[in-house]
Amino acid sequence: MNEEVQKSLLEIADDELVLGWRDSEWTGIAPLLEEDVAFSSIAQNEIGHARALYELVARDRGTTADELAFDRAPDEYRCARIVELRLPDWEKTIARHYLYEEADAARLGQLKDSDDVEIAGLAAKIDREEAYHRMHAQMWFDRLKGEERFTAALDELRPLLDAGRDDHTPELTELWEEMTMVRRSQPAGTTW
Amino acid sequence: MGGDDDGAPLAAGGDDVVSAEQVWAVLAEIPDPEIPVISLVDLGVIRDVGVENGTVRVDFTPTFLGCPALEVMRDAMAERIRELGAEPEINLCTDDSWSTDRITPAGRAKLRDSGFAPPSPRTAEGPTLVQLHSNAFRCPYCGSTDTRLENIFGPTPCRSLRYCTSCRQPFEQFKTI
Repeated sequence: MNEEVQKSLLEIADDELVLGWRDSEWTGIAPLLEEDVAFSSIAQNEIGHARALYELVARDRGTTADELAFDRAPDEYRCARIVELRLPDWEKTIARHYLYEEADAARLGQLKDSDDVEIAGLAAKIDREEAYHRMHAQMWFDRLKGEERFTAALDELRPLLDAGRDDHTPELTELWEEMTMVRRSQPAGTTW
Repeated sequence: MGGDDDGAPLAAGGDDVVSAEQVWAVLAEIPDPEIPVISLVDLGVIRDVGVENGTVRVDFTPTFLGCPALEVMRDAMAERIRELGAEPEINLCTDDSWSTDRITPAGRAKLRDSGFAPPSPRTAEGPTLVQLHSNAFRCPYCGSTDTRLENIFGPTPCRSLRYCTSCRQPFEQFKTI
């Protein structure tokens, strides 16, 4: 696996890890019980995808998935700005969900055609699960598409999908503090 | 299977203390940690079993990549193989080889008997919203197809929630993957 391929897999893994954390923030407080269950489940899937992708890269780099996920500095992450935002508004959460799933489907489609059998296989497996995220996003899109607050959220967030992966929001640093706290506090010699 | 409690090696004189058949038999007794009515073999997640020089290699696939039961499954398999007197080597395959179509007919029957509607067969295009809203899903309690989607997501990633308008019973539908 060359450097470019590793980098693009890390981009996806970072997106899925960070979005998974953000989605999990609805656990217990989503506006509907069904959505509490849905976003918790989606979060679990996204973090599972991140782990599998990190493992693929980690093996090539002689490191571990945990080290890739939690031992880098915030500015080394390759996630897109759209996944970093802490979004306490439901319409923005749904707008991000819809935009992200659409973009993610396109990139998974390309990965499924990879000439690396392992990458293509993993992408196809991830895509089987993502199909349910897309259906969930589509149902909400159909429900909210006539609402001005929702269309405004789509317009506001869409540019953040392609805003580049070298600069990050201050929210990523805050999330990083939270996400890596346990690992950074691990006393020497302990194992979890 | 009985009769193997005297611990006599089947492959006496050979290198291996166990046969692949014995391994499959013990794996078939390990319940899925989240849906214990069905075994790992019923679930179709065991891809391959190989026995060589006292080591038993098991290749298995996760149902969902984020499944929190993976470690439990791995440990349970390793423990049972050690009980057979062999050294386990459990490999996790994250390729695209598992689909709910691999759940065995016996496994599907066990799911239905326990109130989980087994997954519908996967089509070439995969699951769609039109399909989820269709009447292709049968209530495991009364058999009616007059059921509706309540939530694509459920208590674990592999399940959706549906409601049977005929017997007014909510039920869990195994997702088609």
